[in-house]
Amino acid sequence: MDFLISGTHINPFALIGVGFVVGLLGGFFGVGGSFLAGPALFGFGVPMNFVVGTDLAHIVGKSIVAARKHRALGNIDLRLGGIMMFGTIGGVEMGAQLIQQLKKNAYIDIVVGITFIVILLSISAFMAWESWRTLKMHRNKVARLGEPLIAESKKQDPSAFAHIAKKIQSFGLPPHISLPASGIERISFWSIIIVSFIGGFFSGFLGGGAGYIRMPSMIYLLGIPTHIAVGTDLFEIIISAGYGTFTHALKGNVDIFIALVMHTGAAIGAQIGATLTQYFAGPRIRLAFIPLPLIGAAIVVYGLLTGQHHK
Amino acid sequence: MKPEIKAVFKSFSIELVVYAVLVVGYFFLVLHFLGDWLYHLYHNERKTYAIVALALIIGQGIVLESLTRTLLRLIRRGRED
Repeated sequence: MDFLISGTHINPFALIGVGFVVGLLGGFFGVGGSFLAGPALFGFGVPMNFVVGTDLAHIVGKSIVAARKHRALGNIDLRLGGIMMFGTIGGVEMGAQLIQQLKKNAYIDIVVGITFIVILLSISAFMAWESWRTLKMHRNKVARLGEPLIAESKKQDPSAFAHIAKKIQSFGLPPHISLPASGIERISFWSIIIVSFIGGFFSGFLGGGAGYIRMPSMIYLLGIPTHIAVGTDLFEIIISAGYGTFTHALKGNVDIFIALVMHTGAAIGAQIGATLTQYFAGPRIRLAFIPLPLIGAAIVVYGLLTGQHHK
Repeated sequence: MKPEIKAVFKSFSIELVVYAVLVVGYFFLVLHFLGDWLYHLYHNERKTYAIVALALIIGQGIVLESLTRTLLRLIRRGRED
């Protein structure tokens, strides 16, 4: 099927299939799924500027499905999401402006592709290390104290990085706020803004909702419980991807037809993924997340090496 | 596999089949007619295109979410009966 806006030819069922997988994984892990959708579109031969803009559009629709599901499950901290919105929008605009600058020369695919690979590999390596440490720590605790800990609630969420989150929560720059839904008594407004700005920047620059940055940052840096981080991240993705879609569409980087087709598969996948989070505990969700950025990185490497990109 | 998880997977499988039929119909009927109009907007009225693009994806997100939720509810109710 020809997608005239981006000038590409893609099998619509392949797009629906990719959408379904991305939706399923995104709903489960609380990320937009751009670490797979973006590389997949690039692999289909879509020019990088359209990959970034179109991926953002598809993510908006998909995240609405998953966020509504997570809201029903009580996994969204609306106060945190509302504050993060300001940093996110500023970051998205800065990322989109950088794409505009890169569009003027021939290196956009290489620069965005390599940045993507570096980010995805770093996240995967870091989360593997952290989840392994957390599970090891948990096992030692169980061995020391015996049976009762095995029966811990799935909502209890140990992390090997809890001490870093505690330090960031004690950051002194006012104003300070409390986040009762996330169990945080006091945190600087600016810590939240910085984390959301970085997430927004990668959303505007690499496409998608940048949940692969924001979700781990919320858990490890802000100390948000994994289940709340998953739901709130999806809420935030709607804001960042919505704004990103608009600004990229104005700049001619969105093939909405591709996004609509892909989203039909993503909608059902997201619904299933969000329901499945109820059956898994925090560290195990994080551990299962690890291979996904690696797959995304492999697809980008394949796209760059086989010349699937446009100059 | 736990009976509870087995039941969830069964519901999702039925939902998936019904949803696939509905979406393929929607895809060929509705999106086919929008193609030329969107292409025209993209080249001639970029601001309108940006607004329409965002509205379309949000609208589709809400409609499909309602559809998947309704399907799941109907399937669960059918199983309980």
